[in-house]
Amino acid sequence: MDMQVAKKKLGLKERYALMTRDLGWDTTYQPMNKVFPQAEYEGIKIHDWSKWEDPFRLTMDAYWKYQAEKEKKLYAIIDAYAQNNGHLNVTDARYINAIKLFLNGISPLEYMAHRGFAGVGRQFPGVGTRVACLMQSLDEIRHSQTQIHAMSNYNKYYNGFHDYTTMIQRVWYLSVPRSFFDDAITAGPFEFMIAIGFSFEYVLTNLLFVPFVSGAAYNGDMGTMTFGFSAQSDEARHMTLGLECIKFMLEQDPANVPIVQRWIDKWAWRGYRVLTLVGMMMDYMLPKRVMSWKEAWEIYFEENGGALFNDLARYGIRPPKFLDQIAFDKDHISHQAWGTFYNYAAACNFHSWTPTDDEMDWLSAKYPNSFDKYYRPRLEHWREEAKKGNRFYNKTLPMLCQTCQIPMIFTEPGDPTKICYRESDYKGTKYHFCSDGCKDIFDHEPEKYIQSWLPVHQIYQGNCFNPGVDPTAPGFDALGAVLDYYNMAVGRDNLDFEGSEDQKNFEAWRGMATKNI
Amino acid sequence: MGVAAIKEYVGENKDRLENFHGNQLLYVGWEDHLMFCAPFAFPFPPAMRFGDVIEKVLPGAFGYHPDWAKIDWSKVEWFKSGQPWAPNFAKSLAENGLRHKDVVRFRTPGLTGIKGSCS
Repeated sequence: MDMQVAKKKLGLKERYALMTRDLGWDTTYQPMNKVFPQAEYEGIKIHDWSKWEDPFRLTMDAYWKYQAEKEKKLYAIIDAYAQNNGHLNVTDARYINAIKLFLNGISPLEYMAHRGFAGVGRQFPGVGTRVACLMQSLDEIRHSQTQIHAMSNYNKYYNGFHDYTTMIQRVWYLSVPRSFFDDAITAGPFEFMIAIGFSFEYVLTNLLFVPFVSGAAYNGDMGTMTFGFSAQSDEARHMTLGLECIKFMLEQDPANVPIVQRWIDKWAWRGYRVLTLVGMMMDYMLPKRVMSWKEAWEIYFEENGGALFNDLARYGIRPPKFLDQIAFDKDHISHQAWGTFYNYAAACNFHSWTPTDDEMDWLSAKYPNSFDKYYRPRLEHWREEAKKGNRFYNKTLPMLCQTCQIPMIFTEPGDPTKICYRESDYKGTKYHFCSDGCKDIFDHEPEKYIQSWLPVHQIYQGNCFNPGVDPTAPGFDALGAVLDYYNMAVGRDNLDFEGSEDQKNFEAWRGMATKNI
Repeated sequence: MGVAAIKEYVGENKDRLENFHGNQLLYVGWEDHLMFCAPFAFPFPPAMRFGDVIEKVLPGAFGYHPDWAKIDWSKVEWFKSGQPWAPNFAKSLAENGLRHKDVVRFRTPGLTGIKGSCS
């Protein structure tokens, strides 16, 4: 008979040491700097990787257990939502366009974050960092998957959801979020950690997630709300990782401070530009508003971010550049962005519209310094014209910023009546920018940004038509050919919400769900 | 080196003049009329008459605006890269000194958009 031996249970600390730090070793067949070739070229000096602290001390075995539990709960709710036709409980079919924006613009970024963290997890010489990056990489692919599953339910009933993998690579406005991540993932591992781990996850994620998740809750979208909550506990870990990473870099060598500062300046600005889309969603696309973009910015950036930068001041880090301009612009960018999508509604995979009277009054109340003076007249004019059957569809392609790739819609610091134009000459060619922030980023690394795939220029070069299309044929319909290339269904995915198939179907189906017809 | 990289790295300018099939890019913005959310980008042959841009192309781009028909072209102020500039309508883009990716703006004094909102 075997002897019964009491199994010795490992303590958390011991288990973490064995299952994380103990997994690494110094190579002997090849020098370490060849095995980790990206660790030094950015100029960041790390003297002691063992000083890296993982605040959660999470090991892979525990990770799988937690995540499996979360998945079970999430899919039970998503199934129930689908079976009960939960989509008919949302406030109004206009809301669904916010989800289109999320699936097409944000979910592919989650996938890119998965790839990015897998990449930097390979490149960092420190084993604690590598394990933390591995888990974040898995989180990110989970987020991307659960978002796609949650929203695939909408794809059964509504337009514009059908081909986000093609659209993220081709559609003009989607080059904005895509190029943001392309920029991060083609940077070195340390810059990637500042770009995504710190600026995006720590400084800006509340501005991305809270509005969408609260927006979903306010507008009766249980499915989206649930994946938001399921991701939220991961986000808490990501934020802590981002903060730990920046503190680690700053503590390891004083020479790291100016490099990190430049990345903070750059990525705060890049993130802020992408968040323009979120601002517009909050102010215009949620039938039941949560809070205004301006209020969200004040709470989540100015207050929370301010406290963070006070905390980092002891390392010699100052808040990001251009905050004065950003503070002024918070009264304007959401209106400027919505106006842009109203202009180019013919080339969009979601619908736009002019706000109702009570929505305009809400905007006036939230934006007393700007809405009535600058934006109401234009929206009311558009509404009047649309009533006369003369809805404004801008068919001429816009000038784009070389860095953020957003059309040049932003105005001069301090003057919302003047478009802001900036330019640089590099190797005999002119490049144009929407702001000092975007020009700064270009001027520091021009060899990177001269490669921007600017959708407008690509169309004019003839690179955005399907194979076999002849742009020299008589009566060639360029816009139609570009929309074919985007795989956008003309008359279904694009144009105004008023009169759209989505609007008609939602009304008919909700009628069937609530009345005896 | 104009980029952080592990070795010498040269990027490819995706918007070289020769990629535009004989055209060059010209950007045109109308000051105080932000109903058009951004300046426009056009591909034009360098030999195109500048006046043809105004007479044949811009009406299609800006004509939706009620101010468009009220423009007195003799009073219009022009800017190139933000500096005052005097185009000759009878001459070509090239003869007017316009190169690939130049940006011009025009201001129409007295016209300030929908209800004076610069829309």
